[in-house]
Amino acid sequence: MAELTLARPVRIHTDDAAARRSLRDQIAKLERELATLFTSAYPRRGIDWCVGGHGGPRLLGIVDLEVLRDDLAIRVSDAHATLRERHDAERANVLLIERMLERPASFKWVRVSAEDVGERGCKHWHCRPRLGIIGMMLGWWRVKISSGCP
Amino acid sequence: MTPAEPQIERGAIEPALAEEFPSLTLLYCVIAARAGRSPRAVRDQLKHLSDRLYGERAIKMRREPVAHAYRVFFRHIGLDPDESRTPAEALVVERLRAGRFASGGLVEDAVTIATIETGAALRAIDAGAIDGKLGLRGSRPGERLGGGAGMPLPAGTIVVADRRRPLCPLFGELASISDVSRASRRVALCAVGVDGVPSLVVEEGLWKCATIIAAES
Repeated sequence: MAELTLARPVRIHTDDAAARRSLRDQIAKLERELATLFTSAYPRRGIDWCVGGHGGPRLLGIVDLEVLRDDLAIRVSDAHATLRERHDAERANVLLIERMLERPASFKWVRVSAEDVGERGCKHWHCRPRLGIIGMMLGWWRVKISSGCP
Repeated sequence: MTPAEPQIERGAIEPALAEEFPSLTLLYCVIAARAGRSPRAVRDQLKHLSDRLYGERAIKMRREPVAHAYRVFFRHIGLDPDESRTPAEALVVERLRAGRFASGGLVEDAVTIATIETGAALRAIDAGAIDGKLGLRGSRPGERLGGGAGMPLPAGTIVVADRRRPLCPLFGELASISDVSRASRRVALCAVGVDGVPSLVVEEGLWKCATIIAAES
């Protein structure tokens, strides 16, 4: 009968330092992306940029670095999605302003602010009647562009 | 008379830290200082700096190479740079909040000017409270900030320490005994260099800070 010999279990040596280095590179890349998004998002408000700390300053282990990398990736992905939604809404508002300017009578009392189109300041486009109540009765509608704060 | 060139020393970095962060450096120089009110020239410099800095810089700052490198390092050591701000960002945010860089005395003003102009992470420590050379290391179990009755530090906290005790967590609050006060006669100006920050920037920050203090002391 053939003798059965068991092979020695294969030991896999993992280089933790290399793994941590790789994770730190990924974190640096994600931080750069988050910074770029933060800068491009201005002046839009209400976007969450926060990625919590990990009880530093201390040397982080692989698990901590992985959690941090994942948190950053989620934040970047969320910020991308939020900005995409905002861009779509802003583009729709720009089109709305164009339509308001073309046919003001169809957009009575509609008001679009600079913030709605992703701009800074308190400027707004407001569809209102010329000469108040007379214009209202005679259908003299126009878009009044306010420059905002004095 | 031109003040003498500051003698910049290189602080020791604990091997475990150096292995993880090969570019991590602690440079410092000890200089004589008169820790009191800033002279008019320094206050004017601070005012010009305030006038040149707007909200736009605060927004774009995190994309600047040096500021970005510090933010990344903060992440790497478990700090949230939006909560515990990097030194330059903290100053810019405070400038926007207060409307100007408020003068806090010669040493503090010199650190502010050098930090804003170079972006390097600088800090001043009362040299009278330092025993031996400065370095960066992880805190040991049971160690307290400033030794004695100071705040307890979780083991493994990266600290700026002298031969005997931790003086402050890296980028954290100083122990009260090492804070620069009116009684300080000599200050140790420290700059932390990290990956992505050229050593020239760190040295320039130290040099600029030391020059301002030396010229007015």
